[in-house]
Amino acid sequence: MTGVVTARERGLVGCHVCGLVSRAKHVPPGAMCPRCHAPLHRRKTNSLTRTWALLIAAALLYLPANLLPIMRTVSLGNVDDNTILSGVIELWRNDSWDLAIIVFVASIVVPMMKFLVLGTLLVSVQRKSRWALKQRARFYRLVELVGYWSMLDVFVVALLSALVHFQVLSRVEPKPGVIYFGLVVVLTMLASMSFDPRLIWDRKETDD
Amino acid sequence: MHVTPGQPLMVCEHCDAVYRRRILARREVAHCTRCGAILERHQWLSLDKQFALIVAAGIVFIIANVEPIVQVSLGSSNATTTLWGAAIAMWNDQSQVVAVLAALTLFFFPLTQILTFGWLLAFARRGERAPGFRQAMVMVHYVRPWSMIEVFMLGTLVAVVKASSYFKVVPGAGIWSFGVLTLLITVFASHDPRQLWHKTVGSNE
Repeated sequence: MTGVVTARERGLVGCHVCGLVSRAKHVPPGAMCPRCHAPLHRRKTNSLTRTWALLIAAALLYLPANLLPIMRTVSLGNVDDNTILSGVIELWRNDSWDLAIIVFVASIVVPMMKFLVLGTLLVSVQRKSRWALKQRARFYRLVELVGYWSMLDVFVVALLSALVHFQVLSRVEPKPGVIYFGLVVVLTMLASMSFDPRLIWDRKETDD
Repeated sequence: MHVTPGQPLMVCEHCDAVYRRRILARREVAHCTRCGAILERHQWLSLDKQFALIVAAGIVFIIANVEPIVQVSLGSSNATTTLWGAAIAMWNDQSQVVAVLAALTLFFFPLTQILTFGWLLAFARRGERAPGFRQAMVMVHYVRPWSMIEVFMLGTLVAVVKASSYFKVVPGAGIWSFGVLTLLITVFASHDPRQLWHKTVGSNE
């Protein structure tokens, strides 16, 4: 690259937790940051394997999360089951198009983007691709930044279920979809945390 | 393994590029020239002001948890809920996983953050390291991404709009507190806790 020196080339290693830069020719497993005692490593341990595993688990749960209803509304014997998508459509129909867009982005666009971006990153890193380095790095940071907003619908269901409890007149109950959806959010967050963005930039020396 | 003597270096967490640290002016943000990630921001609030923010956040956090978030009415019956009401409702309705997620991300993790930062800053204002400084700094680092007050704030708005097409909805003090809390947390979060390593002197270094 142009004038950029990496910590690995310099025999340095930065601590993920406190940021201290230490000099180390080799970083044995179990090495500790001299300042904060957090585990020290040049690259996150088993980054690719862990990210794949978490991402695949999340993708599997993503199906029931979207296909199963997340919430049931009962009013005077009328039962109405809502999925993630039908909840967005209902908001749109009730003239809350602004909120419909927010929920659509948080519940549908963000999770899809996480699968696409992390999947692309994993494949391109495994192929040691030099394609669109800066853009890929930027997309990773975007995923890190917006990831937790997908929890939005989970909190909405929790609030409505607690609020609307008028015996036979009107009731809102959570349905299993919401559990799967919550787990998808947690798993995709863990997946993006396990991915090491430095792998995007690494060249031949990706062995340790 | 030694700390590099004399020269304060920093390493970009996103691409491993090495830089020499320099003092940032007001509003300045240091970006990595290779990958564009933020290396460091100017810390525009002093430790005293950050401490004040966190104390305020602590007080608002209590109000947010005690006061009802919204009230809905149908005919003559009313119902209100708090954050804990929502978590308990999920627990009782076969959604224990969601109840635990909500309790952790909206109560326990934010509470841990507020208490730990309060503890750290109370000492750091005088340039000292609090007892358990190292452990507290590590904990704050790991807990940070899992605190979701902002998301809950938006969630209450969506819930209010959804409920208002069927019921009369009156916002409670809780919803305002969560709004204020979101604001305080956002301002506070623009400060990197790692600054405390530089601004305090301790025996463990």
